[in-house]
Amino acid sequence: MKRSDFNAVSTGALNKQLTVATLFVLAVFGILILRLWFLQIVSGSTYRTKSESNRIHLQDILPFRGMIFDRKGEMLVGNRPSYDLYVIPEGVQDRGQLVRELNWLTGIELKQIERKFDEASPKYPFKPVCLKKDISRGELAVIETQRFNLPGVMIKIKPQRYYVFKTLASHLLGYLGEINEVQLKSGQYPANKQGDLIGKSGVEWKWQSFLNGIRGGEQVEVDAAGRKLRVISKKRSIPGANVYLTIDKALQSIAEKALTENKGAIVALDPNNGKILALASSPFFDPNLFVGGIDKRTWQKIISSKEYPLQNRALTGQYPPGSVFKLIVAIAGLAEGVIDPEEELVCKGVYTLGRQKYRCWKKYGHGKVNFHKALVESCDVYFYKIGKRLGVDKIASYAKAFGLGKTSGFDIGQEEPGLIPTSQWKLKRFGIKWQAGETISTSIGQSFVLVTPIQMANLMSAVFNGGILYRPQVTERAGKNGTEKFYEFSPTAKKVKIKDEYLELVRSALIGVVNEPGGTGSRARLKDITVAGKTGTAQVVSLKKVKDLENNDEIPYRFRDHAWFIAVAPADKPRIALAIIVEHSGHGGKVAAPIAKKMIKCYLGVRR
Amino acid sequence: MFDRRLIQHFDWILLLILLLLAGISILNLYSATYAVRDIGGSQIFIKQVYWYLIGFAVFFFMTTFNYNVLEQLAYPAYFVTIALLVAVLLVGKVTSGSQRWLSFGPISFQPSELIKIAIVMVLARFYSRRGGHQGYRLRELWQPFLLIMIPCILILKEPDLGTALLLVAASFCVILFSRVNWKSLVILVVLALSVAPFVWHQLKDYQKTRILTFIRPDMDPLGSGYHINQSKIAIGSGQFWGKGFLKGTQTRLNFLPEQHTDFAFSVLGEEWGFIGSVSLLLLYLFLILWGLNIAKTSKDKLGAIMAVGIVAFIFWQVVINVGMVIGLLPVVGIPLVLFSYGGSSLITTMAATGLLMNISMRRFMFST
Repeated sequence: MKRSDFNAVSTGALNKQLTVATLFVLAVFGILILRLWFLQIVSGSTYRTKSESNRIHLQDILPFRGMIFDRKGEMLVGNRPSYDLYVIPEGVQDRGQLVRELNWLTGIELKQIERKFDEASPKYPFKPVCLKKDISRGELAVIETQRFNLPGVMIKIKPQRYYVFKTLASHLLGYLGEINEVQLKSGQYPANKQGDLIGKSGVEWKWQSFLNGIRGGEQVEVDAAGRKLRVISKKRSIPGANVYLTIDKALQSIAEKALTENKGAIVALDPNNGKILALASSPFFDPNLFVGGIDKRTWQKIISSKEYPLQNRALTGQYPPGSVFKLIVAIAGLAEGVIDPEEELVCKGVYTLGRQKYRCWKKYGHGKVNFHKALVESCDVYFYKIGKRLGVDKIASYAKAFGLGKTSGFDIGQEEPGLIPTSQWKLKRFGIKWQAGETISTSIGQSFVLVTPIQMANLMSAVFNGGILYRPQVTERAGKNGTEKFYEFSPTAKKVKIKDEYLELVRSALIGVVNEPGGTGSRARLKDITVAGKTGTAQVVSLKKVKDLENNDEIPYRFRDHAWFIAVAPADKPRIALAIIVEHSGHGGKVAAPIAKKMIKCYLGVRR
Repeated sequence: MFDRRLIQHFDWILLLILLLLAGISILNLYSATYAVRDIGGSQIFIKQVYWYLIGFAVFFFMTTFNYNVLEQLAYPAYFVTIALLVAVLLVGKVTSGSQRWLSFGPISFQPSELIKIAIVMVLARFYSRRGGHQGYRLRELWQPFLLIMIPCILILKEPDLGTALLLVAASFCVILFSRVNWKSLVILVVLALSVAPFVWHQLKDYQKTRILTFIRPDMDPLGSGYHINQSKIAIGSGQFWGKGFLKGTQTRLNFLPEQHTDFAFSVLGEEWGFIGSVSLLLLYLFLILWGLNIAKTSKDKLGAIMAVGIVAFIFWQVVINVGMVIGLLPVVGIPLVLFSYGGSSLITTMAATGLLMNISMRRFMFST
C-alpha cells in the first residue's frame, strides 16, 4: 500500500470519522457518569439505607414472663426450656437420609419434615427452619447422642410457660393465648407485638402488665445467605415481675381432688382479711396446652364441651343457694324482730299457702321447732313461715347487705353477680307482680335466687367475723418493692349493720348444724376443732317433677340436686371460711360436708 | 535490528494507563475476595497478579514486530480461531449451562476472546486494501458481514449473548469508520430491526428474563432482578466518598453477586464511591481517546483501522459492563475489561493493547 493513498483518506475523511467517534465516546461516558451521579449522589442515602437493612436484622429477645407463687413461696407457674428442633438447609448433606433418620429418631412424619424443608426459602440457605417445637426429653436425648450423624440439625432453646402442677388452680391462674388484632390496636398492650402470648384469663390476664416484662433486642449482621455473623448491639430483655398469691397449694390440691369426680366449685378464704386460700372449679383444664399455640382440634374440643371446662364456676357459677340461704332469712328475721328465738313453730312436713302446698325436706315433719333447731335441722316449714312474715323485699335487703346479688369485688375480676329478686325487680323484668308463693320458695333459697360460691364463702366469713364483709383477694404481692410495678395486699372491708347478738344466735345454730345430734352437717365434725356450717340442697327443677323418685340414683343426672356446704372453723376464732358446691350430687350434708372436713383438717393442721 | 527510534517513540502514556488499571484492578480484587480469603479467595487475587504479569509479557511481545506482518496473518489467524470456536461447541467444557471453554491440558481459555483480535485483523486487512472511498454500498458489505456473522452465530450457540453483541457492536464501528453509504446504513438498520423478533425467539429463557428484568427490575426483586438491584444498592450506597477499602458491606457479606468478575465495578463503586468510580471511568475514557489518537497518528490505514477496532472493543466492553452494573443495560455476562478477574479476557486485551502500542511506536516509520 502506498502512503500517499492513505494520506488522501486520513487527512480528510478519517479525521472527520475520528472526531465523530470522539464525540460519541464523550457522550456515552457522560451518560455513564450522570447515571453514577444519580445513583451515588442523588439517591445515595436511600441506597445506603437499603444496604444497611440488607445487612442488619433486628431480632427480638423475649423477656422471661414473671413467675407465680403460692402463699408459701411454692412456684405454681414458671418457665421451662422448650427444645425446638431446627435444621439449617445449607448444612444438610443428604436430605433424603436426614429426613428418614429424623423420622426414625423422633417419629415426626416424613411428609411433615419434607413439607418444612420445602417451605424454607432457597434464598436463605443458612436460615434455620423449625421442624418441631418443644420436643420431648427423650427425643432430645436421642438427637443429642446422634448429633454427629445429623449434619445441619440444631436445637434451639426458648423459655416456655410452664404450669408446674398442670391442672392445679387452672381457672384461677388462667391461660395464655396469642394477642389478637383488637387487643393490639387497643393500646392496652404497649409492650406486645403480633405473635406474642398474653394472659387471657385469671391471674395471667389480671397481672399481664406486671408479668410480661420488657422485650430486648439485638441487631445482628447477616450475610446474603442469612448467616448470622455477629451481634452489632444488644439490649437485654427485662424479666416480668413475679406475682405471689394468697392461695395455699396443699389446700388447693385437696379441694381439687375432692372435685375430680364431679363438676363444682370450692372457695376457701381467711375470714380475718378476705384472702383467698383456695379457689377451685371443676372440670379442670391444663393451661400447658395453650402455650406454644394450641392446635385447632383440641381448642374446639375444649370450647364446645358441654361441661364448660374453661368456666371458673367459683366466680361465675350462678347457682340457687338452697338451704344455705336460710342464714340470710334467719338474720333478717332476727333483725326485723319477726323471729323470737324461743318461739316454737310446728312443722308437719308441708306448708299450705292458698291452694299451693310447700313441702319440708323431712317428709313427716320436724314437729315443734324453735329458731336454733330450725337452722340445725334445716326445717323448711319454719323458714317458709318466717319468709312469709318478712316479705321478699326485706329478705333481699339483708341478702344485699351481705354482698349477694352483686360481684364480690374479687381482685382478679371476671365474676358474675348472681341474683337477689325483689318485687320491683320482678315487675320490671317480667311485667308481672310478685306472687306470695314466690316468697315462700325464696325463703329456702329457691325461685329466682342465684348466688356464686365466692359470695357464699364471703357471707359465711362475715357471719363469723362479726359482720365484716371483706373484699376477697388473691394477690398477696406483685412486683418488687421500690419499683414502678409494685402492688401489695391491703384488706378492704365493709361493716354490715347488724347487731352481733343476732349473728351470735346464728353462729351457735351453725355450730349445732355440725356438732349436735340431728344436725345436717355432722359429716364435717372434727374432734378437736369446732366446725360450724350449713348444708344446702339446691333443686335444679321443681320438686314436683321428681317427687316420686325418692332414691337419688333414680333421678336423671341433670335433674339431680346441687349439694352445698358452707363452713367456718374454728367457730370461736375463725381462720377459714368455705363454700363448697358439688353439682348434681344430692344432699349437701352427705357430699359437700366431708370435703369441708378434709380441707379444714388440712389447713388447720389436724392429724388423723 | 531493533530500531532505536522505537525506544524513542515508546508510548509511556499508554503504559502508564495500563499500569494504573492493573493496580486498581488488583486492589479491587483483593477486596472483592477478602471475605472468602480463607476458602480460596486469596488465590483468585494472586492468580490475577500472575495473569497481569503474563499479560504485560504478551503486551511487550506484541510490540516487538512490525504490525504490518499481521496483514498476511489475518486470514490464517481468523480461520484457526473459527476452528477453535467450532471445537468449543463440540468438545468444550460446560459451565453453568453454557459451553465457552476449551481445555488444553491444564490450560483452559475462551476462543471467543481470541476472535476479537482476529476480527480486528481481518477487517483491517479488508478495508486497508480499498483506497479512498466515498462510502461502501450494501453489496460491497457482504464480505465483512459474513466475516462477522460466522463467529457471531458460533458464539450465540455457546450461548454467550454478551460476547456476540459485543462482536457486532465493535465490528459495526469499524465498518462505520471505514464509511458506509447512508442509504445502505438505513437498510441495514431496518434489516436488523426486522430480524429482532426472530432473534428474540432464539434466545434462551434466562436471556429473555434478563432483558425483561432490565426493563422492569422490580418485577422479581429476589429472582432475576436480584443481581441488578444488589449492584445498584452497592454502588448507590457508596455515596460520594465510598465506604472505604474492605468496608463495603454489600461486597463483604456477599449480597453482591459475581463480585470478582461481572460485578467488580460495583465493588469499587461501593468502597470508593462516586470519586472512585468516576476516576476509573475517566481512566478508561483516557485510554479510549488515546487509542483514537493513535489511530489518527498511525502511519497507515491498516494501523488506523486496527487501532479503531481495538478501541471499539475496549469501549463497548466498558460501556456494556458498566451500563449493566449501574442498571442502564440488561444483564449480559460481560466482564469489565482489564478490571474483572479472568485470564482469557485479560491476556487478549493486553495483546490488543500491545498491538496498539505497536502501532503507536511505529507511527513515524514509513514502509515503502
